[in-house]
Amino acid sequence: MNFDPRYSGRNFTSVGTRPIRPDGVDKVTGRARYGADFNMAGQLVGRVLRSPHAHATIRKIDTSKAEKLPGVKAVITAADLPDLTDGDAAMYDILDNCMARKKALYDGHAVAAVAAVDARIARQALKLIEVDYEVLPHVTDVDEAMKHTAPLLNDAIFTEGLEEKPVKPSNVTKRTQYGHGDIHEGFGQADFVVERSFKTEQTHQGYIEPHACVANVSSDGTADLWVCTQGHFVYRQHCAQLLGMEASKLRVTSSEIGGGFGGKTHVWAEPVALALSRKAGRPVKLVMTRDEVFRASGPTSATSIDVKIGARKDGTITAAEATLRYSCGPYAGMWAEIGAMTAFACYRLENVKTVGYEVLVNRPKTAAYRAPSAPMAAFAVESAIDELAKEIDMDPVEFRIRNAAQEGTRSSYGPVYGPIGIGPTLEAAKNHPHMKAPLGKNQGRGMACGFWFNFGGQTCTDLNIGMDGSVSLAVGTVDVGGSRASLSLVAAEELGIAYEQVKAVVADTSSLGYNDMTDGSRGTFSSSMATISAARNAIKVLRERAAQMWDISVDDVAWEQGHAVAKGEKHGNLGKLSLKEIAAESGKTGGPIAGHSELVADGAGVSFATHICDIEVDPETGATKVLRYTVVQDAGKAVHPTYVEGQYQGGAAQGIGWALNEEYIYGKDGRLQNAGFLDYRIPVCSDLPMIDTQILEIPNPNHPYGVRGVGETSIVPPLAAIANAVSNAAGVRMTHIPMSPPRILAAIEAERAG
Amino acid sequence: MVEVTLWGSLGAAAGGKNKVDIEAKDIRELFRKLAEQYPGLEPLIDRGIAVAIDGTIYRDTWSKELPEGAEIFLLPRLAGG
Repeated sequence: MNFDPRYSGRNFTSVGTRPIRPDGVDKVTGRARYGADFNMAGQLVGRVLRSPHAHATIRKIDTSKAEKLPGVKAVITAADLPDLTDGDAAMYDILDNCMARKKALYDGHAVAAVAAVDARIARQALKLIEVDYEVLPHVTDVDEAMKHTAPLLNDAIFTEGLEEKPVKPSNVTKRTQYGHGDIHEGFGQADFVVERSFKTEQTHQGYIEPHACVANVSSDGTADLWVCTQGHFVYRQHCAQLLGMEASKLRVTSSEIGGGFGGKTHVWAEPVALALSRKAGRPVKLVMTRDEVFRASGPTSATSIDVKIGARKDGTITAAEATLRYSCGPYAGMWAEIGAMTAFACYRLENVKTVGYEVLVNRPKTAAYRAPSAPMAAFAVESAIDELAKEIDMDPVEFRIRNAAQEGTRSSYGPVYGPIGIGPTLEAAKNHPHMKAPLGKNQGRGMACGFWFNFGGQTCTDLNIGMDGSVSLAVGTVDVGGSRASLSLVAAEELGIAYEQVKAVVADTSSLGYNDMTDGSRGTFSSSMATISAARNAIKVLRERAAQMWDISVDDVAWEQGHAVAKGEKHGNLGKLSLKEIAAESGKTGGPIAGHSELVADGAGVSFATHICDIEVDPETGATKVLRYTVVQDAGKAVHPTYVEGQYQGGAAQGIGWALNEEYIYGKDGRLQNAGFLDYRIPVCSDLPMIDTQILEIPNPNHPYGVRGVGETSIVPPLAAIANAVSNAAGVRMTHIPMSPPRILAAIEAERAG
Repeated sequence: MVEVTLWGSLGAAAGGKNKVDIEAKDIRELFRKLAEQYPGLEPLIDRGIAVAIDGTIYRDTWSKELPEGAEIFLLPRLAGG
């Protein structure tokens, strides 16, 4: 990578301003095309048959009656998606999850699919497919699944990471451990120790737009896929591998996205739609219903976490320990491991130990949800931290400031931190007016900290300058939160032109080099780095063209504020040449002017946030009302502050729903009881207060502008901040998320009963 | 020679070792020599491993140099949302 990504400390003209987003008008007028808005002539309707059982062996599937139904053009089962994964266990799990092979592993697991001329016939065809199941015992609870007596989901799984190789299979796929020092010695130095157990229920990302795609496989073996996704290049790789295609022969175009939050990082219906189209010889549109999204896409883990923290009277933490058990659905994951890494990452600890257990259950395959696994770990740890501060009789903010990690601290997951922002977010929270505002009866205030890693990754960007001087920016990271506006600002900044002169688009997979998934808060971090690089390459060409126009050496041409400037006394009489003037002559000076960049954006820089929340609890009903909420987070450099604030507010809003209401509820039969927004209640506007934000800018040394990712960290503190607020308001420590009214009322009544 | 700390589940794949000494000038050489000396790590390296060099996490940059005396941690490659 011939590009210096180090922070340069420059002053900005465009970056840091708040122009209107380029996709805004289309979105508010209904013109924007989301996944289900794409249609093709002759397209068929795809529908999926799903298991009604939580755990069952598939003895036989008879599709003959469905195939004979007039209007049905294709019926597929796992036999139409043969195993081409070549020993790649993770890909095999994806394949098996897209279409069950030997066993249905959860309520909603796909077992067959049809393509028909309309939805009515497709539904009729599903009813004609006969599946012979042998129903097996199931387990949906993470703690129950760890017991030796629990039904086994996969008898080929033996727990990894144990000191002694196990002789019996288990639902626990892996044990991992992080930490340093000696916790026994640390707890021995403690004057106060808090030890608690916590649970969090499974939640869904709750994106409003369901999964949707149109697949069109041609008879020559090439294919197109239009899809709502966070990463069309990754979808292309996965679909091509699962269907035995060359990646270059599958063009994937990403639609606008109506929310993803990690849930659209995984293929579910797309390989099925492609297989149906391949078999039918016609385009197939497959749109998941809301019921299917809940039952058969990828919610977050349910967890069970034990935390123990000790501190001296002076408020210094001497030891911290956590055991984290995370559900993975029916396939191995690393969700508890991430929880174990992030749990104590906010703190400077001499002695710390975390242990994670990955647990298989008969629920949908767990997928990422915005800083995956960190919010649950933070809920447990930050609740215990708050309780410990009370035991010591110390202000909870001061207690955290005293123990906060800083530059040079060895993180609880291993490496030593560079410059980080946890301390400044705590200081900002301490000095925020919110912390001093009076509280009324039955009201409580809570605060909490959160950490997330942030990632970079493979990124490719094209910047093309038209002959009229306007600039087209083609990026490969999906715009999940306003990145087209941010990246246009970055291009304008580098080129020295107006924001309005730049038009950013998300290119399809055949038009641009590979880009990693838009996850890990990497969209603006990575693509801004690639945009800066591409713009600098374009400036090099612009200088060469100006040199030609002036007939001087390119070494005598500088680029200043959107203009080529001839340097040196001998060129003193030459006027500036604007980008527009150079572009107008490009046909005569060597052809189109462009800048290209392909790089791996590394050094994303870890991120921290501190949240403050006020809650009122009705002690008679357990109902809650969020009165006030404040987010303080380090952005490194806010490229477009409005969209940074939007990320902060969005994380807090989702966190409020997760903390207070949202949960997957399974019946004794292992079936999901609340697969819809009526019974799975995400917050609506009337549930939310104005969410105040404060952006801190502690530059990331590994980005030219100092940018850090901002998309995920904001969902890490809310569960804990809200739990601390509810606990303070209700006078009882809440240990189970969501804190729904019945759960709060039960806790209050148990406390009253002593 | 750099001292490399294997963290989380990686230590188990290297025969239970948490720290190993490797003569390597960059991430590519580090991965190659780790796979040679600890075959159990090879499938994990193939799946993707993150390397923290003095606290900064790198995921894919083979050419990234390992400065003498730098603190090197190998971490599992994580998913984001």
